[in-house]
This record gives sequence, C-alpha cells and structure tokens, in this order.
Amino acid sequence: MPPEASAAGLPATRRRMPSWLATAALLLPSYAWLTLAVLLPLAAMFAFSFLHATPLGNKPVVWTLEQYRAFYDQPYLLGVAWASLSIGLWTTGICAVVGFAAALALVRATAGRARETLLILVLLPFWTNGLVRVFSWTMVIREGGFLDVFVRWFWPSAPSLGFLYTTPAIVLGLVHGYLPYMVLTCYIALLSVDEAVIEAAQSLGARWWTVLFKILVPLAAPGLVTGAILIFVPVIGAFMEPRILGGRVGVTMGTVIEDQFTQAFNWPLGSALAFTMLAVVLAVFATFSGVLRRSATT
Amino acid sequence: MLTKLRTNPGVYDVVLINSARSQQAAGEDLLTPLDLANYSNASGLAPALRDNAYLKTDGKLYGVSWVWGMNALAIRDGMDKPESYAALAAPEYKNNVALFDDAVTMIGVGAFLSGQDMNDPKDLDAVAEKLKAMKPNVKLLWSSEDQWNKAFSAGEFDLSVYWSGAAVRSQRKFQLPLHFVVPKEGAIGWLDSLSIPATSQNQEAAAKFINYMIDPKFYVEWATKIGAPASANEKAMEELPADDLNRDIHKPEYIETMTLMAPLPDDRRTAFNNLWQEVKAFYAA
Repeated sequence: MPPEASAAGLPATRRRMPSWLATAALLLPSYAWLTLAVLLPLAAMFAFSFLHATPLGNKPVVWTLEQYRAFYDQPYLLGVAWASLSIGLWTTGICAVVGFAAALALVRATAGRARETLLILVLLPFWTNGLVRVFSWTMVIREGGFLDVFVRWFWPSAPSLGFLYTTPAIVLGLVHGYLPYMVLTCYIALLSVDEAVIEAAQSLGARWWTVLFKILVPLAAPGLVTGAILIFVPVIGAFMEPRILGGRVGVTMGTVIEDQFTQAFNWPLGSALAFTMLAVVLAVFATFSGVLRRSATT
Repeated sequence: MLTKLRTNPGVYDVVLINSARSQQAAGEDLLTPLDLANYSNASGLAPALRDNAYLKTDGKLYGVSWVWGMNALAIRDGMDKPESYAALAAPEYKNNVALFDDAVTMIGVGAFLSGQDMNDPKDLDAVAEKLKAMKPNVKLLWSSEDQWNKAFSAGEFDLSVYWSGAAVRSQRKFQLPLHFVVPKEGAIGWLDSLSIPATSQNQEAAAKFINYMIDPKFYVEWATKIGAPASANEKAMEELPADDLNRDIHKPEYIETMTLMAPLPDDRRTAFNNLWQEVKAFYAA
C-alpha cells in the first residue's frame, strides 16, 4: 500500500504532526551528536590551521595563512601526496575487485545458514584490533617470516618472498583492513538485483561475462561507489599501516600529518595539510559524482 | 609539565625536568635556586652534568642532575665497530641500517657529519645532504624500542641509531647480540634533573628527597633490582657490579664527548621537523 493511501485512511479527528516536525525530530539526535563529535572538533582544527604555532602555554596567538603554503614551500609534499593517492587507488581497486567477487559469491551461490556463517567470517577481522592485524602481517611477510617458512617446506632453497617495508606491503595491510566495507556494500547492492533479470539475459543467450559487466556491475554500482568512498577516504589518511608495514617507504600524507601532531608539535601545519587533503578529496568526489549522475540518467 | 607548574602553584614539591626545559621553567620564575652544599650526595655528581649550563639561569643553579643517556649507534656482534656516524652512509651497510624517526636526533647526526653544532646547525642544506646520502642503506625508520627489538632479532639490519638505555634492555631482557658504540663525534645526550618549584610548601623535605634520589645506595638497588637509566652520580655508577651492562655502556668518558640536547627556539624546531620530513620523503621516493 502506498503511504498516501494509509494516511488518507486515518480518522480525521486525530491530529497529525506536521511532516517537517517529524523529520526534524527524527534527525535531531544524530545531527546534534554529529555537531558535537565531528563538526565542532573539525571547526576547532580548521581554526588551528590559521595559527602560526600551537596555542599552548603563554605564547601570543598569531593568525596567518602560511600553513596553507606548505605544498608550495615544501614541494616534496606533492610527491608524498601522490604516493598517498596511488596507495588509495590501489587499495580501493583491489578491494573493489575482490570485494565484489566475494559479495557475488555470497549472494548467488550460498543461502541460509551457510550464507550467515560466511558473512560473519567476512566481519570477523573487524572484531580484532587493527594494530594487532597489522603487526601479524609483519610476522608473515618479513624475510624469514611465515610466508618464507611455508614456501621453503616445498622448495627448501627458495629465495625469500618477504616483501615487508615495500608499498605492496602497505597496500596488503590496508586491503585486509578495509575489504569488509566493500563486501558488505556490494552484498547489499547485489541482494536487490532481481533474479528474473539475469534469467532473462541468459535466456537471450548472454554469456557470463555479458551478465557480469552489462547487468550485475551496473546494477551494483551504487554499492561499489559507496564502498569505494568508505575505503578511499580513510586510506589516503592512513598512518598506522604505512608506518608499520612501509618502513623506509612508508611516508604518506597520513604519517606526515600524524608527525605534525605527535612529534613536531605543529598542530597548525598538521591541520592545514589535513584540510588541504580534505579539499582534494571533496573535489575528486564532486567531479566523480557529476559523471555518475550523468551516466545514470542516460 | 610546565603547564602543570604554571596552573597548580604549591601542589608539587619536586619536579623532574629535562635539561633542555630547565631554563624555560627557571625563566618563568617557576623554580627555586639550589645550593649544592645542602646536598651531601652531590659530591659524586659528574662535574660536566652537575655544572651544566642548561641547568643554570643567570648564574644560579635550578636543577640537580639526576639521570642521563645517549643516542648513538648499535651494531650487531661480530661486525667491526664503526668509528664514525659516517658508517650510516657507508656502502658496506647497504640496505642494512635503521634510523631513529626523530627530527632532533637525526638532524644532530647530520650536523655531526657536516662538522656543525648539533643544536644550531647554520647550514641545513649540508645536513640534508649527509642524511640523504644514507638512502641506499636505510631499511627502516624505527620509533619504538619494541619495533627495534623485533626488527633486529629478525635480522633486518645490523647497524642502527639507538638509545643507550634501550641497548641495555635489548641485551639484558632479550639477549640480543649487539654492541652500543659511541663514535668519535660523540653521542647525542640527554639529562634529566630534579628541581624544586618556587611555590613548594616543603622546601626542606624536597631537598632531602632529591638528596635521596641521587644517593648511590638507592641507585644501586634501583638499577640492579629493577633497572634504571644511568645515574649522573659517578660514585653510584662505580658501585654497580663491574660487569653491569648499564655501567659498561655509560662510560664516564662519554659524558665528556657527548653533546646535550639544547633548548630549541620554536622556529628552529620547526625547521628541523620540516627538514627531517623532507629527508623521509626522499627516502620513500
């Protein structure tokens, strides 16, 4: 029954709340919380980014725009930013392929209890501390680690496969950490795909790749995009995985910003870099969303 | 610590202050000037630490030097001990070096190598050049002792910038095969001192407590039963067992060659941090 019909069926004597009030009442708690927990700290950081030095002690407060010149004054930051973006793209890309495949398998090939169990197995890594997961990887992929031990069971003189302290190691750690987001968003998107559509395609002679790329991927696109955003944004700011798995190559915008807060005690520069990255990410999504909307309407 | 002193007058009777911060606290009139004649155990303090300029403001002493330590090199047993920090860039340690991820320490090493004052290098480009030359050797930038121990025991590097106190712990607790080496340029030193806040209500008791803290008897018990940093009291160090690792690593002659970290003005600290960040990005690229 459409909602208008049920509304019309109510007794005329019962007074109804104006719809805007109901909407406001429902939104208020979460927006109040967001204001308190996200917007206010963000605003404070935004204000910090215009300061000359961290406002602690009895130093005079000096307002300046110099922090936003960081990319100009320290051009090596451009290289760091590019490294972060490429790590973000690799991680998101691998998550998309692997996560979509896993979600597809869950939706199309399992049912009932088996599906529930498999879903829980996807979520299981979320219940362990991220730091523990990353440190476990260091034991696996370092030279002479579990990976090497395992390979040398079969081939005793195998060269070391250890790749700790490389960019692939960072991507591996990040994919491990963020894959469940992609599996879940794709899973939900694929659940809503009507079985009849696929059967229709197959009855018209579509092979599996046609079904996959012409039907499943476009219909699950909202899930893929949501997952990509959920993963890409935290990944380009990640600092734990690059630091632990990256060794010498683990310098990303995340670690640079973290250093400004923890080591250099230069909160203004850290905030300015963070907001510059935020602006870049928003710009990317603004461009991206335009393209998506156009492709959806045509 | 400074914020606590500023905002809680009268609450603290003794405060532990790093020597690089002592002048700042004394300059804000937060501390009481001290007379070492009132401290019977002060006679054993190493003169270079006891009379350190950073503990003095306007000629008056504001802190009793208590414990100290060094950042220098650690090398795996069985390898030649490096004579200079230049080994960090030497081709024989290709892909075999770990550096401490700390701007002040690493700029210090670069300053030593380019013959400059570690606390005020005038030519930061020369420092950067020396640090960047280490790139082919750098395997790892470590930031915690635990990380260092794991990587060293996995054989990931043989030569590293390391802390003297951590070197003692790595050998004692984990039996890691390493030697702590102070190269000819000397170590990068730190010194913690004990001071009495100007607002303390129990100045005499505070002085007695500080005297107890630098007492060799207390130190030997602390160092042998629990483990402690090196004492600024030479007598205390001499009373440690002859084979004590702590005593072996913190030799009195190193106090003479080490450069203590100085109070850094904000703009210099920022310049150090930015330079180290740039060098790290160069290593990663």
